[in-house]
Amino acid sequence: MNSKTSRIFFHIYMGAFLFYLLAPLAVMSGAAFNDNRLPSIVPWKGLTSRWFIDMWNDGRLWTSFFNTIWVALAVAALAVPIGTAAAILINSISGRVRSVLYGIMVAPILAPGAVIGISTLLFWNKLNVPSGLHLSVLGQVSYIAAFVMLLVLARLQSFDRSLEEAALDLGASNTQMLRRILLPHLYPAIFAGAAIAFFQSIENFNVTLFTRGTMDTLTVYVFSKVRSGVTPTINALAFLLIVMTVIAAVAYEVSRRRKERKFAASAQD
Amino acid sequence: MEDLFRRYGKTLTSAFVLLTAFWLLILVILPNVTLFESSFRPYLPIVDVGGPKDTYSLNNYLKVFHGNIETTFFGIPIEMPVHTMTFILTIVYSAVVTFICFLIAYPLAYYLAKVVSPKTLPTLFLLLFVPLWVSEVLRAFAWWIILAFKGPLNFVLFEMFGLIEQPIRYIQGYNGVMIGLVYTYVLFMLFPIYNAVQSLDTNQIEAAQDLGSPWWRTHWRVILPHAKPGIASGAVMVFMLSAGSLLVPSLLGSTTSQWFTQTVQQWMLESQDWNTGSAYAFMLLILCTIFVTLVMRVFSVKLSDIAK
Repeated sequence: MNSKTSRIFFHIYMGAFLFYLLAPLAVMSGAAFNDNRLPSIVPWKGLTSRWFIDMWNDGRLWTSFFNTIWVALAVAALAVPIGTAAAILINSISGRVRSVLYGIMVAPILAPGAVIGISTLLFWNKLNVPSGLHLSVLGQVSYIAAFVMLLVLARLQSFDRSLEEAALDLGASNTQMLRRILLPHLYPAIFAGAAIAFFQSIENFNVTLFTRGTMDTLTVYVFSKVRSGVTPTINALAFLLIVMTVIAAVAYEVSRRRKERKFAASAQD
Repeated sequence: MEDLFRRYGKTLTSAFVLLTAFWLLILVILPNVTLFESSFRPYLPIVDVGGPKDTYSLNNYLKVFHGNIETTFFGIPIEMPVHTMTFILTIVYSAVVTFICFLIAYPLAYYLAKVVSPKTLPTLFLLLFVPLWVSEVLRAFAWWIILAFKGPLNFVLFEMFGLIEQPIRYIQGYNGVMIGLVYTYVLFMLFPIYNAVQSLDTNQIEAAQDLGSPWWRTHWRVILPHAKPGIASGAVMVFMLSAGSLLVPSLLGSTTSQWFTQTVQQWMLESQDWNTGSAYAFMLLILCTIFVTLVMRVFSVKLSDIAK
C-alpha cells in the first residue's frame, strides 16, 4: 500500500478534497465583485465595488451583526463559569451519580438545535418571559456549556490533585487555592472554551431561529436574505469574513513556522 | 461530596453546585419537561387554556398519520401519511449522508494519519479548518450559487467544456440537500476518524504487510477495527447534525424535498401551533436518542468516547 503509485493517488485525492472544500468559498467570494444583480460569477458583467458599498449602508445587517456579537459575548460569559464549575464538580464525584450527571450534561450536544430552541421558548413562555435574544442566549448556553465542561474536564485529568492538598495544608484558604493553584492550571482550557463558546454562538441558527422573537442575528439575517431577494451584499459579507479567516490562518501558520525554525536553531547550538 | 467540601469549602462548593444546578435544571431538564408536557395538550385559544378542553391526549402525535399522499418507494406505488414519509425520508437521507461522509473521510483520515509527512500536516489541517470557520449558512449559500441552473457548475460543464448535453437542474428532489449536507458535515467525520487512526501503532500496519496481507485486508482487519470509536463518533455527529439541520434543507431544498425539521418549523412559526410543534420536536429527540443508543451498541463504545 505504501508503494509510490498509491502515495501519488493519495496526494491527488487530498488535493481534490481541498479543492472541493475551498472552491465553493472562492466562487462565493468572486460573486461579490461581479456587477450582476444575482449573486453568481457567471455571466461576468464586470468588476464592481457596489456590493461592498451596499453592505456598508445596510442598516439591518449592522444591527444583526452587533446583536450577534452581544449574544456571543453573553453566551461565553455564562457558559464558561457554568462549564468550569460543572467540570470541577463532576471531577470530584464518582460512581453512578457521576455517570448520570455526565449523561445529562453531554446530552444537549447531541440534541437537535430545533428541540433545544423550542423547549427553551416553551419553558420561558410559561413563566411569561417573552421571546427575544435573551432566550437565544439561554438556549445556546444549555449546550455550549457542555463543550466548555468537556474541555475543562480533559484538562483536569492532567491536574495533580495533591497540589490542592499541599496548598491547603500550608494554610491557603479555599478561595486562594482555587485562584492560585487550580484555575491557573485550567486557564488554557478555559480560554479555549471561551473561544469555542463565542464562535459556536455566532454559528448558531437552529436555537436562535425559534427563540429570537423578532430580533435578528447575522445567521438568521443572511438566511432570510438568501430566501427572499438575495443580493450580492451577502457575498461581500462572506468575502470579508473569509478574508479575515484566511489572514488569521496565515498569521498563525507564519508564527508556527517561525517558532519551529527557532526551535530547530536552538537544537543545533 | 465530602471531598468537595474539604477541598473547596462551603462557599465555593455551593457556588459550583448552584451553577451546575442552574444549567441542568433551568436550562436543560425543565425546558424539556415543558416540551414533553405541552406536546400532549391541544392547541387552544388563550381563553380556553386551563379550561375543560385543555386535556392530555395523544392527538398531537397522531397528526403524523394524517393526510395520506401517494408516492412511490423504489418504484412501488404506496399510500402514506405525508409527515410519516417526511420523517422516514429524513432518517434515510441522513443515514445516506453519513455513509457518504464516511466513504469520503476514511481514506483522507488514513492519509493524514499515516501517509503524509508530519511536516506538511499542520498546514493541511489549517486549510481543512478554513471552511469550519466560515459559518454554516454561508457554506450552504455557496452551494446555492454553484448549483443554480444558470450557475457556475452548469457553465463549466456545459458551455466551457461541453461535457453535458444540456444544463442540469441540480436542485431536484433531495439532491441539493444531500450535496449541501455532505459538504457541510464531512469534516465532522474526518477529524474523529483521524484521531482514532492516528493512535494506531504504525508497526502493526507494517507487521500485517510483512506477513503478506493485501492492502484491503490490512484495512479491514487492522485499521478499521482500531478506528471504530472514531467512526462511531463521526457517524453520530454527522447523522445528528444532518437530521437536525434546518438551514441546508431550507436553502438547498427543492419543491419536493421536505425535511422533518422544516415540518417542525412550519408548526411552530407558520401555524403557531406550539403544542403540535413540541410533539414533533419530541419525536425528533426520540429518534436521535435511539440512534445514539444504537450506534453505542453496534460499535460498543461509551458516551464519553462519542462526546469528544
